[in-house]
Amino acid sequence: MDRENRRYLLGVFMAEEDILGATRTAREMGYKIVDVYAPYAVHGLEHAMGLGRTRLPLITLMLGLLGAGLKVWFEYWSTAIDWPVNVGGKPWDSLPAFFPVTFEVMVLFAGVGTVVAFVIGQRLLPGRKTKLPVEGVTDDRFALVLEETDAGFDKVAAEEMFARFNVVEVIERVKQEPLQ
Amino acid sequence: MASEHVLQQRPLIEGNKTPGQVTADICRLLDGKPSGTWWAAFLASASLLGLGAVAIGYQIMTGIGVWGLNNTVGWAFDITNFVFWIGIGHAGTLISAVLFLFRQRWRTSVNRAAEAMTIFAVMCAGIFPLIHMGRPWFAYWMFPYINARGPLWINFRSPLVWDFFAIATYFTISLTFWYIGMVPDLATIRDRLKPGLRKNIMSFLALGWNGSYRTWLRYETVYMLLAGLATPLVISVHTIVSWDFATSVIPGWHTTIFPPYFVAGAVFSGMAMVLTLMLIARKTMHLEDYITKQHLGAMTKLMLFTGSLVGLAYGTEFFTAAYSGNKYEQFTFLNRAMGPFAWAYWTMVSCNVITPQLFWFKRVRENFLIVFILTIFVNIGMWFERFVIIVTSLHRDYLPASWADYSPSLVEIATLLGSFGLFLTLFLLFVRFVPVIAMGEVKGVLGIGRGSGHGS
Repeated sequence: MDRENRRYLLGVFMAEEDILGATRTAREMGYKIVDVYAPYAVHGLEHAMGLGRTRLPLITLMLGLLGAGLKVWFEYWSTAIDWPVNVGGKPWDSLPAFFPVTFEVMVLFAGVGTVVAFVIGQRLLPGRKTKLPVEGVTDDRFALVLEETDAGFDKVAAEEMFARFNVVEVIERVKQEPLQ
Repeated sequence: MASEHVLQQRPLIEGNKTPGQVTADICRLLDGKPSGTWWAAFLASASLLGLGAVAIGYQIMTGIGVWGLNNTVGWAFDITNFVFWIGIGHAGTLISAVLFLFRQRWRTSVNRAAEAMTIFAVMCAGIFPLIHMGRPWFAYWMFPYINARGPLWINFRSPLVWDFFAIATYFTISLTFWYIGMVPDLATIRDRLKPGLRKNIMSFLALGWNGSYRTWLRYETVYMLLAGLATPLVISVHTIVSWDFATSVIPGWHTTIFPPYFVAGAVFSGMAMVLTLMLIARKTMHLEDYITKQHLGAMTKLMLFTGSLVGLAYGTEFFTAAYSGNKYEQFTFLNRAMGPFAWAYWTMVSCNVITPQLFWFKRVRENFLIVFILTIFVNIGMWFERFVIIVTSLHRDYLPASWADYSPSLVEIATLLGSFGLFLTLFLLFVRFVPVIAMGEVKGVLGIGRGSGHGS
């Protein structure tokens, strides 16, 4: 129920160095950073926001191994067990000759699987409705969203800090207006 | 992090653009009605495509006996076109994946178009083996599905099966890479359109992207992972294409130099095609600020490098033949340079090895008219490379009694022209409906808004 009453403070910035500075300072000042919105991948922002590493590379590795494993098994099973056909007198389990297709299937599983994991993990689905936190974050503006965690949230200090980093717009929101 | 920018002496994008200007400049190309030039080019390409469609329909209905092939020369025009188009595609992956791993930030201006080129080139390439099957409606037999013939499985030891898997994987991964790379830009377009059909389409395709940095961070990870997968993939694809030849026992084909030789040649030919297209796009779409001297200079140097690798491979082949003590191998190479197809061989050497050496000179690299002409030469030369490899090795192999000549039939020529029609038609549609420059990436390499506060 207090979910309904959550309040957010949104600062809009125009330059990469400003959003980086403001984010870093907000974190140092102990504010809770909900998210940052940017028109491109600003390098160093993950450190400024204090985000951890993602597990996507692990998913890629597992899927790649799964694809390769399944393929080797299938090639062996179909060529040597289910219906062995003598091709040029080659051995039934021609493992070196199975390598190219195994590699391709590994890449296919790993690549497509990574994208599917990303899309599902980030809930990026075709036709999903979205509402930008503020106009222009897919064009040329950056937005830093802080949560006003409790009554002790010092809004004045936050706004002053925003101003030091050339904020162009400060907006206050309650949860009813979806943030994303 | 900071040092990266200190080393970057000149800005990659000229005109001191702000992110907002980048959006406006690139999206402007998608607004409004297409120009007269675009329509003229589109009609010309669509006509070629139509010609190709008629030719393909005719050869499928009649059978591939309408080609100029004979018992001795069983592979010629068709496989030449296949290898040529696959090779063209490789430069797109080089730019989007390999140069990404090497942190070559200039790639951001050309990667979208180069990746599009990859996808279209692979589509063109796919047509040829499909027709060559003779009964293309059974093409799905290449896939190991549970069939009613046993099930009788496909032969996983066959390079042609490897090729099917390589090309199918390459196409899927390239398409995925291209689309995922485009999602942020589609969201940018979505957010500037007025409500209507176009906005709805863009909303659907943009997957609800809202610029959240948590998503951006994972997006960057996905991009890096795909680049890491696409790099060995692109090498594997042309390696496997070369194995179609190298695993046979035909003199001139049965050689271990083929994989690196084919990969270098593929990147070389693809780079030439990217430059040809980008030089035209830059001029007609007024992208001079985005595709600058620096970009074109880097691409011509890559062509010089890969072209020299190809030249080295030609030389090595001759040396290997001479040193092998195998008279069939020796004869094949002498026959290439001095036999009935010597004209094709020397066209190949002139276009691929001799004229690209002009790129050593800065004056040549910066004269875009000359660069354009040289890239056309390379496109021609690389087509002839495949023709020379395939036809000269086959037409005179072991038994003089079975030697034969080859010349393409009109149907084969029409099919080649049709594939160019398909490629150019798709490319022209691409420049009308999709942002040709990756806005989300170019914004990250602008010289603006990145002062003392940068880095971490």
